[in-house]
Amino acid sequence: MVEFTLPKNSRVVKGKHFAAPEGAGNVKTFKVYRWDPDKGDNPRLDSFDLDLDDCGAMVLDALIKVKDETDPTLTFRRSCREGVCGSCAMNIDGINTLACIQRIDEIKGEVKVYPLPHMEVVKDLVPDLNGAYAQYASIEPWLQTETSAPDGHERLQSPEERERLDGMWECILCFCCSTACPSYWWNGDRFLGPAILLQAYRWIADSRDESTNKRLAALEDPFRLYRCHTILNCTNTCPKGLNPAKAIAEIKKLISTRR
Amino acid sequence: MPKGKRPLSPHLQVYRPQLTMILSIFHRITGVALFAGLALLVYWLLAAGAGPGPFAVAQGLLGSWLGMVVLLGFSFALFYHLCNGVRHLVWDAGWGFELPQVYASGWAVVVVSILLTGAAWAFGLTVMGGGS
Repeated sequence: MVEFTLPKNSRVVKGKHFAAPEGAGNVKTFKVYRWDPDKGDNPRLDSFDLDLDDCGAMVLDALIKVKDETDPTLTFRRSCREGVCGSCAMNIDGINTLACIQRIDEIKGEVKVYPLPHMEVVKDLVPDLNGAYAQYASIEPWLQTETSAPDGHERLQSPEERERLDGMWECILCFCCSTACPSYWWNGDRFLGPAILLQAYRWIADSRDESTNKRLAALEDPFRLYRCHTILNCTNTCPKGLNPAKAIAEIKKLISTRR
Repeated sequence: MPKGKRPLSPHLQVYRPQLTMILSIFHRITGVALFAGLALLVYWLLAAGAGPGPFAVAQGLLGSWLGMVVLLGFSFALFYHLCNGVRHLVWDAGWGFELPQVYASGWAVVVVSILLTGAAWAFGLTVMGGGS
């Protein structure tokens, strides 16, 4: 449902300020969204002044520095620190991206860091992704066949057939795109969102998969697929440079031309 | 931890406005404006059918500076919705999804709808004599 304002318990209040150490030359302020589930307080925006001369190049480096040196309770997901795991997806300087590949020096002024937009917050920068994962499971993201397996070798693909999966297998399910989509904000309970629809098309486009009709039928729904209004925030924000909007358009085309 | 107590993370409040989302919401706003403009057009036609008296009132209303501003908005809404509608048609055919194309077509829609609005008004005010 469309709600432009935040619920009362979600309004962000001013938080604490942590000054940079004495003698720090190259100071940048990081404003970070905080919410502690153990207290009943509203979320707050803490500001940390960091010495960039003593910090790595990426926003994730700054967050780790804060956790190490200033506030060990700061909570965020991270793992690979090189843009292949999708854990540290968050809203940085107003757009969704991965903290580990977002350079600090590309951001003018204060660096504002929020969790992925319009999601339930578990703690600080950690959103609840259970709903998104359930939606992923709903598209049955595995190879489905009816014919028996060929004798003595795998189900083969030509190089051209394999090429059709490029731009889709690279998706790391960070949900930057889905949580950048206003349609997903308002109808995320029923609209699958760009990340999941890109994955749905990944199996539809796979020459070895034999469930194409079943997959298309499951998507032909006013909400699951057609809440996409081609806003294109998804493609605009994907940190891997993929194109969910194009994949969704291909699904719509296939549905309108089948039978 | 009861789930209901979890806060909702900020969305519109923090997302940096993108050309993509602005043109999209503007498409919907102009669509709604066209509905209102159509009601205005129907009123004008009814007034014309009702005789010279009511028609003179309608002409007076629409010819006032406020009426002209409303008509300017209506005509721009029409041309924007038309141009962006064509953009959507091209997308539905599966073309124009690369980001540079998305931005180019977006700015083109803005520029062309302004030009078309200007051309329509220039035509209306000069060739057709300003509706007086």
